[in-house]
Amino acid sequence: MDTDIKRATRRDVLLAGMAGLSVALIRIEPAAATPESMKRAIRQVVGEAPVRKGKVTIDVPALVENGNTVALAVEVESPMTAQDYVKAIHVFNEKNPQPNVISARLGPRAGRAKISTRFRLADTQTVVALAEMSDGSFWSASVDVIVTLAACLESLD
Amino acid sequence: MARALINVPPKAKRGQVIEIKTLISHIMETGFRHDNVGKPIPRNIITTFACRYNGEEIFRADLYPAIAANPFVTFHTVATESGTIDFEWTGDNGFHETGSAKITVE
Repeated sequence: MDTDIKRATRRDVLLAGMAGLSVALIRIEPAAATPESMKRAIRQVVGEAPVRKGKVTIDVPALVENGNTVALAVEVESPMTAQDYVKAIHVFNEKNPQPNVISARLGPRAGRAKISTRFRLADTQTVVALAEMSDGSFWSASVDVIVTLAACLESLD
Repeated sequence: MARALINVPPKAKRGQVIEIKTLISHIMETGFRHDNVGKPIPRNIITTFACRYNGEEIFRADLYPAIAANPFVTFHTVATESGTIDFEWTGDNGFHETGSAKITVE
C-alpha cells in the first residue's frame, strides 16, 4: 500500500516533468531559430562529417546599433589551387526566425576565398561561418554580436 | 524594375585577383512581419544570385530572409581573359534581373 503510493507519485512527477519539457520545446521552436535549429541547419550541410575550428575568419562589428543592416565578411584560409580550394561558405545565426543567412559556392577560380554581404540580426547572438573544402573537410568560426536595435521585430512605418 | 549596381575593375592584369561588388535594390521582405492590422506580410526575397565569367559560372549564392534589404554581395575572381561578366538575380514572385560588366585583361 505504502509502496504503491510512492510509485504512483514518482510516476506522476516524471510524467509531469516530461509533459513540461515537451511543451517548452514546442513553444520555443517556432518563435526563432534556437541554437538547436542552427545546429540542425549546420548538420544538413555537413552531414556526418566533423567540423573543426579554424581557417575561417568572420569580420562583423562586435557591437551593432542597427540590426537591420550589419556588414559581414567571411574569409577562409586556402591556397585556392585546382587541388585545394574552398567549395562553399555558409553563414548561420542563432536567434533570427531562420538559422540560414547565406550559402555561397565558389571554386578554384575565385583566387581568394572571401565574401562579404549585409545581413539582419534579430537579437544579441552568435554568428557561425562554415567553410567546405575541396577535400570534403569542414572548418568553422563563430563570433558573438551584441545588437541594440533588433531587426525583424519592428512594425511597419 | 530593380536597379543593380555592379563594380568590376575595367582593367586587370592576367592572373590578378579582382574583387567584384554587387548591389541590387530589393525590399527583401522576410515573411515574418505583420502589417498594421496584424496580417502577415508574405515573403518576397531574392533567393539566388549567380555570376558567370565568359559563360562559365564562377560564383553562386543562396540568399535567405536574413539578408538585409538591397542585397550587397562581394566576392573575388581571377582575371583570366578579356570579356563579359554576367550577373543574375532570381527571387520570389518571378523576380528576375540581370546585369553585366566588361573587363579588359592585359
